[in-house]
Order: sequence, then C-alpha cells, then structure tokens
Amino acid sequence: MKVKEILPLIEAENMTPSADAEKEILCGYTCDLLSWVMANGREGMAWVTVQTHMNVIAVAVLAEMACVILPENIDMDKDVLAKAEAEGLCVLKSPLSGYEICGRLHAAGVSDKGN
Amino acid sequence: MSAVYREYKVEADDFTRAGEASADIKRTLKQLGVSSTVLRRVAVACYEVEINLVIHSDGGTLTLKVDDEGVHLKSQDVGPGIADIDQAMREGYSTADEEARSLGFGAGMGLPNMKRNADRFAIKSRLGEGTTIDMMFALA
Repeated sequence: MKVKEILPLIEAENMTPSADAEKEILCGYTCDLLSWVMANGREGMAWVTVQTHMNVIAVAVLAEMACVILPENIDMDKDVLAKAEAEGLCVLKSPLSGYEICGRLHAAGVSDKGN
Repeated sequence: MSAVYREYKVEADDFTRAGEASADIKRTLKQLGVSSTVLRRVAVACYEVEINLVIHSDGGTLTLKVDDEGVHLKSQDVGPGIADIDQAMREGYSTADEEARSLGFGAGMGLPNMKRNADRFAIKSRLGEGTTIDMMFALA
C-alpha cells in the first residue's frame, strides 16, 4: 500500500505535498521514544508519533521510513515540515487517535513486522 | 575502496542540528556504494552516538574513516566522562535530563543500540576527562 493510498483510510492530510507519496508502506509502528524507534525502525515504515521536533525527521530519514503520521491533528512547525520535504519524507496529519490510526492500518494489512 | 576521512564537530545541547553529521555520513557512504544493510546499521549507531554527544557531553567530535576493512566511526568528547560504564551499557539505564526526555530521548537504548549494530565496539571513559567510542562496521 502506498503512502497516498492511506490518506483516505486514516482521514489524513499530507503536510508535505512535494515529498514522495508513492513510497510503499511495508510495516507500521507507534512510539514516542526516539531511541526505541531507532532500534526498531525499518525501511518503509509508517510511524505514528506525537513528537513533532526536528529529530523526528532525522530518525525517520535515517531508518528510511515511508512516512510519519501525526495523530489528533497535532501540528508540526513549518521549518520541520520543510526539512521533511527537503528529505523527500511524507508527514501526514490525521484527526484520529494513534490507537485508531494503527487499528485501521493493521486492518488494511499493514503489520508491525511487515509482510 | 578509496580511503575517506571526515570530521564533524558536535555541540552540546544543540538539538536542532542533531542528526546532521549522521545524515552527511550516510550520504557519503551511499555515494561510496556501501550496501544498504551496512548503511542502515551505521546510520543507527551514528545517530545514537551523535545524539549522545548532544545530550550528555560538553561537546565533541565525530570522525568517519573508510578503508579496506570497513567503516570506522569514532566519537571523542571533552567530558564529563561516565562514572560506571557497565551501568551505562545496560538497556533502559539513562542519565538524560528533563529537556532530552521531553523530546523523546533518554530511553537508555543509545549505547546498546550502538553495540548491537557495530561489528566492533569499544568504549573508554574517564570521569572529568571524557569518553571515546570506537566502532567498526565490516563492508563484506
């Protein structure tokens, strides 16, 4: 499933229109401890987090993730979004809770370890 | 593979620029044709050591060297040093302050993550002097 295909599924808005929304999502994860995410981050991961600072982008890019998903309409600063776009990383914002986002992604076939 | 040597200054408490050295190191290694598996392991360890310099040290230097053996990463700081290395190496143990924790750091995974990802890992520290971490990632 591509990043752009999960937008309607989790009622999300793409905050980084110039980033690559054609990337394939291979697995999903949710966690707000960055070191924990560094240890478990994978290529093609959709990462749900309430953290919004610059290091979120660094971690997602280093782990070659597919996208970052912000739950409950949490905003991310413009300069952080600009950094994400410069790195080609999609940041999505959804009105749903992290719990609901993960539930919907899992039901649609996105597992934690990938297929 | 041609020899590469780069040095990056990492400032204490500079959370905004944290990760820039790691991103540049990853780009450099990608250009050298390092495999994606090795690249990922280097990236994780490199980011952890860089963020440790920001959170815990009084500033330091990150050095990248690539030779026929592999990718060598060295972190050298100017203090304050680690009192008990065995304790610091334990998963879940962290001395990160409130600011670092509010950003999602301080899970006590940094040093274990480095050791797990590197083919060779060595840490030396003296209280009041500083800490040196040497890591090697084989290319083959």
